[in-house]
Amino acid sequence: MYEAVAFYLFSVLTIGLFLITVMSKNVLYAMTSLAAGMVLISGFFFILGADFLGVVQLIVYVGAIMALYSFAMMFFDATRDIKEKNTSNALVFVLGGLSALVLVLIFAAPIHSEAIQALYPMHEGVGNAQDVGIVLFTKYLVPFEVAAVMLLVAMISGIILAGKKMDLSLTEDMSADDEILTQKDEK
Amino acid sequence: MIGLSHYLIVSALIFSIGLMGVLRRRNLLMLFFATEVMLNAVNIAFAAISHYYNDLTGQMFAFFIIAIAASEVAVGLGLLIVLYKKYGSLDLDDLASMKG
Repeated sequence: MYEAVAFYLFSVLTIGLFLITVMSKNVLYAMTSLAAGMVLISGFFFILGADFLGVVQLIVYVGAIMALYSFAMMFFDATRDIKEKNTSNALVFVLGGLSALVLVLIFAAPIHSEAIQALYPMHEGVGNAQDVGIVLFTKYLVPFEVAAVMLLVAMISGIILAGKKMDLSLTEDMSADDEILTQKDEK
Repeated sequence: MIGLSHYLIVSALIFSIGLMGVLRRRNLLMLFFATEVMLNAVNIAFAAISHYYNDLTGQMFAFFIIAIAASEVAVGLGLLIVLYKKYGSLDLDDLASMKG
């Protein structure tokens, strides 16, 4: 009962918020609704019993990724409305609807569910975080280490790409800076 | 009662919303938002399958997808800053340099 209420509430809210993300012209509105939708998606994970995944979703997506996006928004001076030339809206809706139909057909297609066996089954009476930790550090140890190296590479590349000439302003031209300097000199 | 197909249908709907955003957006930052929506939709499907088949593999793949999304954002935003310094705009129509 409660699961059904929570599921329908979360799904309606998530779909509405992501529609705002996709349709809005304002970057601030799009980013805020994206963050709210990600919080609600972690709610899905908590309903599904994947507690650790929900916590990771909250920390990584809502904490780290949205902070990065908000910094990017400040860099690009994106508080004004974005003018986009949407050439053919009808074509996009038709393509999106067709792909949604194909996806639903794929998911609704008969699958051999009896043939699927749990490779790493969950244990009764053991917490989700403990279960995840045991599987992650035994069966998936090599992909875990590779993911760690990938994050290190991403961090270094982010620093190198964004760090050049960070003392110069991105959005204002140099003459504006000169004006500020001359105003200071006059004072 | 809520079954696996409910979650899969919601996941497919969110994925197609993200796909629609990728198709209609012209600003690169908004394009990134749409890809995040698609990645989250896939994560919901993985967690739901993991729950209903009582298997932890789906959650493992969701973790790796989150790690990939984090590194994608770090590298992608660095590239966006470089592009913005070079062209002064993030609009795909302004950035198109090959006109056929």
